[in-house]
Amino acid sequence: MSGTQFTLQKDDWSLHRKGQQDQQRHNEKVKQAIKENLGDLISDESIVMSDGRQIVKIPIRSLEEYRIRYNFNKGKHAGTGDGDTQVGDVIAQGKPDAQGTGKGPGKGQGAGDAPGLDYSEANVTLEDIESILFSELELPNLAPKQPDRVTVDDIDYKDVRKTGLMGNIDKKRTLIESIRRNQLNATGRVQILPDDLRFKTWEDVRKPDSCAVVLAMMDTSGSMGLFEKYCARTFFFWMTRFLRTKYETVQIRYIAHHTEAKEVTEEYFFTKGESGGTICSSAYDLALRLIEREYPSSQYNLYPIHFSDGDNLTSDNEKCVKYVTQLCELSQMFGYAEVNQYNRSSTLMNAYSKYHHPNFRNFVIREKSAVYSALRHFFSQRAGEVKPA
Amino acid sequence: MNQAEMVELEKSIDQMMEIARGYGLDFYPMRYEVCPAEVLYTFGAYGMPTRYTHWSFGKSYHRMKLEYDLGLSRIYELVINSDPCYAFLLDGNTLMQNMTVCAHVLAHCDFFKNNSSFSRTSRDMVDRMASNAQRLHAYEMEYGRSRVESLLDAGMALQEHVDASGYVERKQKMRGRQQERTRHRESRSGSPYDDLWALDGTGAPQEPEKEVPARFAGLPTKDIMLFLIEHSSVLEEWERDVLSVLREEMLYFWPQLETKIMNEGWATYWHLRIMRDLDLNESDTIEFAKMHSGVVLPSRTSINPYHLGLAMWENIEKRWNEPTEEERKRFGREPGKGREKMFEVREMENDISFLRNYLTKDLAQELDLFLFQKVGNDWRVVDKEWEHVRDQLCASRVNGGIPVLYVEDGDHNRNGELYIRHAYEGMELDVKHLEKTLPYLYQLWGRNCHLQTVVEGREVVFTHDGKKTQRKFL
Repeated sequence: MSGTQFTLQKDDWSLHRKGQQDQQRHNEKVKQAIKENLGDLISDESIVMSDGRQIVKIPIRSLEEYRIRYNFNKGKHAGTGDGDTQVGDVIAQGKPDAQGTGKGPGKGQGAGDAPGLDYSEANVTLEDIESILFSELELPNLAPKQPDRVTVDDIDYKDVRKTGLMGNIDKKRTLIESIRRNQLNATGRVQILPDDLRFKTWEDVRKPDSCAVVLAMMDTSGSMGLFEKYCARTFFFWMTRFLRTKYETVQIRYIAHHTEAKEVTEEYFFTKGESGGTICSSAYDLALRLIEREYPSSQYNLYPIHFSDGDNLTSDNEKCVKYVTQLCELSQMFGYAEVNQYNRSSTLMNAYSKYHHPNFRNFVIREKSAVYSALRHFFSQRAGEVKPA
Repeated sequence: MNQAEMVELEKSIDQMMEIARGYGLDFYPMRYEVCPAEVLYTFGAYGMPTRYTHWSFGKSYHRMKLEYDLGLSRIYELVINSDPCYAFLLDGNTLMQNMTVCAHVLAHCDFFKNNSSFSRTSRDMVDRMASNAQRLHAYEMEYGRSRVESLLDAGMALQEHVDASGYVERKQKMRGRQQERTRHRESRSGSPYDDLWALDGTGAPQEPEKEVPARFAGLPTKDIMLFLIEHSSVLEEWERDVLSVLREEMLYFWPQLETKIMNEGWATYWHLRIMRDLDLNESDTIEFAKMHSGVVLPSRTSINPYHLGLAMWENIEKRWNEPTEEERKRFGREPGKGREKMFEVREMENDISFLRNYLTKDLAQELDLFLFQKVGNDWRVVDKEWEHVRDQLCASRVNGGIPVLYVEDGDHNRNGELYIRHAYEGMELDVKHLEKTLPYLYQLWGRNCHLQTVVEGREVVFTHDGKKTQRKFL
């Protein structure tokens, strides 16, 4: 009787995809969440300070499944010891920092909450963020540059020939040839003759070498604080990465200025501050000389970007506008970003708000997440502009 | 599992069932299915072979599968409370492991069949969930995937708040009967012989009762889901249906939340006994011992239900097999009644009563149970008093470990607002989650939602008005 009381089966489950399908949907939601949080994500220090080398993991908050539940951190829980546990023993350190109150090092909004027991956090790589961010950006004012240098950077199997290296034999085409010939002759058997052999053959891929140069200019006068520098840094970080996807090589030169400008290293640029007043035209002047000397605009795509708090010497504004016009003529785009947290009136923006040039763009950053808007503002085709073919 | 192993497994299942029956285990016919890891983990994530589609299942599937792929954790089986009882085994397990799993599952099935908490669960849930899934899919076709998904997002956030005690149903039945009676009376009053009743006074026009608006009778209720289904003013018919699917499935899973320690302990106890009765060779014995000890490995930061459950069952057996002099005199306990007692307990108790009635001082000390708490940045042992440990364990099992909420009013402020009170018993709610869940409640109720609880020792009401959540201390 016991024999009929159970069955044991092993079926073919290979078409069962339900879990994977819902996993896919979850991934879509992660993507969507990244998109919605881009403003906060791209200004996240853990990314920008990492130089982009390592993979960055970010908790995607909106994918938490919210429930009414107990606060794990408040209250007692039972555990099992190994026989001689004493009151006062430490069994874990901060680890089950569970279902927390959301207190963490101030990163973006609501960060630092690591749900404990059913720990769930979607890991996002830098690439994920990039692919979404960059799909929203476009290069403005593209113009063909003199294709003086051509580089060979890859080979591509594009062609099929009757002779070639045995290692590159195209089995499928060879077999098709053989079948075709045998059918034509109605021999009734399959036979491969030397005449049937087909080989894959490669061609060199040639690409014009395209270069972009970012001229990063920043006000290092006393009025530029940590926040202003951080915004600039975030902006340049993403801008360089974006340009790298479009150009073979991207060079970046750093020009720091207060009343006079000098070229500095990256580290100096982002960390050192100086005191003194501000004369922005000095940086523009240096940039123009740099272009003249090293980066002729016939060969290079130039992106001068200037970060300042807008606190320029009033008498200098006229000169600035003059230089900016020159820079605009030479470059793909001239960007002026003003970091102005407290909405002060700015002398430089006063001058620039009346200034118009197709290659000139300006933007005011008031909070960290606005860096994202700045990127979108600078790297977009402006309405009404004709995109050169 | 190759063909030869399948044959071998089949033989030993036969043998094990024989042994199990000999011990008095009483189970449904078994349907064992050997399936690959992806499939088993899918079932694990959904809790059922066929269930409706939602991204959260995909998320947990992904996490479980990832942990399995990385060798961090594995589930050995999935067993379904149904008649016949379905049990899914992992193809990648060794023969030995799957034998253990089969024995383990037999005891689970015995528990499902005989424990009183499960007496109200429907045993054809496999098919019902499949047909629920079909219906939800049809709704996706008709109303669009995003609408169904957003409804499920909201519904699933609240699905734990049902009343599994059967109280609601009983009460409804009673109300139904009462209405019938009134209707009966009314129908009488419409007859041509009406005036006759007036003679004996019963038909005399009564004072209209002080009525609570009839539609909110039966408050407060713990069954938020049912309350939403019945009284929400914004849900369409199909949306109520979706919520009732969630409620039905939650009610089915509920007893499993309430008997986790007992059920796992019971299954572990029996797989141990059954495997010991098999004629295993040396290497199989060692493999079994390794697997078993992995299953009952205690943890310092949580309670392993397999470990605690097993220890408690064995303790019960021992105490009723060899009662002390005092127990014999005071309670009239006969020696050698261990098994009998165990079968009685497996029928009558759930986790709370099991812990309260059978976790003894000796056992709690032997297991070195303690309470820990966050002190500064450290988690420290703060209490070893066995009664406190026991009480905390019981408290943590109340309502399956889920906060108890009551709908107090469906017409708060005379404005159709929903007022819910958290039955606070010392454990505070996770405020962040609370604030994120209230919008879901609002979505389903359609008007302002209030939730009263205690934060930092003070009574506070959280209110969501469709745009933002505010808190107000009382």
